[in-house]
Amino acid sequence: MRFKVLGMVAALALAVSACESTSGSGAGASGSGQSITPLPAAAPLALKDQFVVDVGDRVFFSFDRFDVEQDQKKVLDVQAAWLKKYSSVTVTIEGHADERGTREYNLALGERRANAVKEYLIYLGIDAKRIKTVSYGEERPVALGSDETAWSQNRRGVTVVTGPGS
Amino acid sequence: MTIRPMIMPAKFALKTFAPLIALLAFAAALSDARPARAEITIDITRGNVEPLPIAVTDFVGKSGAAARAGREIAGVIAANLERSGLFKPIDPKAFIQSAGALNALPRFGDWRVINAQALVQGRTEVVSDGRLRVEFRLWDVFSEQQMIGLAYFTVPDNWRRVAHIISDSIYKRITGEDGYFDTRIVYVAEQPKDAKGVGRNRLNPFGKRLAIMDQDGENHRFLTDGTTLVLTPRFSPTLQEITYMSYFRNNPRVYIFNIDTGRQEVLGDFPGMTFAPRFSPDGKKIIMSMAKDGNSEIYVMDLRTRVVRQLTFHSAIDTSPSFSPDANQVVFNSDRGGSQQLYVMDDRGKNVRRISFGNGRYATPVWSPRGDLIAFTKLSGGRFFIGVMKPDGSGERLLAEDFKIEGPTWSPNGRVLIFYRKGRSEKDGSGGQSKLWSIDLTGHNEREIPTPMDASDPAWSPLIP
Repeated sequence: MRFKVLGMVAALALAVSACESTSGSGAGASGSGQSITPLPAAAPLALKDQFVVDVGDRVFFSFDRFDVEQDQKKVLDVQAAWLKKYSSVTVTIEGHADERGTREYNLALGERRANAVKEYLIYLGIDAKRIKTVSYGEERPVALGSDETAWSQNRRGVTVVTGPGS
Repeated sequence: MTIRPMIMPAKFALKTFAPLIALLAFAAALSDARPARAEITIDITRGNVEPLPIAVTDFVGKSGAAARAGREIAGVIAANLERSGLFKPIDPKAFIQSAGALNALPRFGDWRVINAQALVQGRTEVVSDGRLRVEFRLWDVFSEQQMIGLAYFTVPDNWRRVAHIISDSIYKRITGEDGYFDTRIVYVAEQPKDAKGVGRNRLNPFGKRLAIMDQDGENHRFLTDGTTLVLTPRFSPTLQEITYMSYFRNNPRVYIFNIDTGRQEVLGDFPGMTFAPRFSPDGKKIIMSMAKDGNSEIYVMDLRTRVVRQLTFHSAIDTSPSFSPDANQVVFNSDRGGSQQLYVMDDRGKNVRRISFGNGRYATPVWSPRGDLIAFTKLSGGRFFIGVMKPDGSGERLLAEDFKIEGPTWSPNGRVLIFYRKGRSEKDGSGGQSKLWSIDLTGHNEREIPTPMDASDPAWSPLIP
């Protein structure tokens, strides 16, 4: 089946603006009795920030590996507990690689890493339907620099809160 | 647009018939005094050949427009031949006989004195219907023989293509192999950090977008606007379409871009990420990887029937597939043996055999259009290499090495590779520049291909039909 891609720019621009309006707007969502009604998106955004700050959104991997190591499992244990508390939250797990591989292989490796995180969260009792995965390969490094310090931060699986399940 | 050559009519040759005879007689007399000389040739299979000195004279035109086109055509031809590393164009300041005077027969002695072994001359004329007529001759200066005489008609704006076609014709006549000058390169351009407009954004941190240009960097234009991350473009054999990967709507999928209409279409309806696409040699199929539940397998899709066939069934990463030119085999990389290595299978996914056995990891195999070699990226000892091996895995040769080089793509004649080279980046975000480079199969003649901004993922087109 062929799917025509039209209005590509417009749709993406919307997606960007929706995602970029992160912290700041979330703080006013606690409802202080003012007449301004909080935007519906504010609540999940607050959860999104809370998840990053209080829970820890990422685990790290060894070079060319995709198994979640013992010390990293602790992070996912906390994530799973939090996801059980906020049972309507859905997440996307991003898999990333460092620059020490070929581009296409790194896409496949990022996919494996994202999936490894997903599998472990499922093992801890999180419903698979709440978890999506996406691989960015080496395309979205978080740390600049061409040394092991940067590479070790870039080999990561990041759990991103994408919304309330409704 | 197709430009067909016309074997040059004998008008000009007839006019100079008598002196030609005389000069040939002279040449024959000379040949008694020295060993019989074979026609000039270049063996491009040898490494580090001494470039052939060649004189490329301005093509002569009477009108201003024709004369200008003539000069530009000669310049493009000389630059093409020089970049090939096989020719050394002689500085026109050294020429004794003027281009205008070549309208009669070349005074070969004048060209021998400056050590030209080959001479290119031509004429341009805007004919009555407004088209540009370009004729050219290639002369063997020592044997005083005409090696080529051809004429082309084209719209005047198209002079650049005529220059590339003539360059290919000269290359073929002297090396015996098809040229690669009338070709394009599609690649991924990166926005500079301070770019205005769309530039870099969170979803496309380096502002990557598709760009296309002639092989010499001219006629550069962007195909996508940079809002969406795009990767790994590859040409269809017809050049009308490009297959690539896009993160449109954050769904990484393989797309097809139609160059004529600018339309982009997602390929198929797959439940997971599709990536690493390449066209089959006939352009009727796309082979690629699809990742599902963390596992990447290789699939081939018939573009007309939309039938999809899965070729690999393994828990390993199977990706970067490339068809052999006869389409009977596929080379790909897989870590099924514990580390990333090259494997070959038949077009139905059977008879899988590993072909790489050296130290290190092997990736991005690409079958040569000639079928005789497979180019690859190798990772070993923290370094990256571009190399080639025979399809049975023997005869591995490494051509280039650096901190990060990747993604070889073949010239249509299978004699030159383009790849990209990325430098180390610093903590403050400086460095990390990425540029396109070409290198001869012999390992010589490594050169940067100028691009307006950082560049990666090059793909070389076939000769333009």
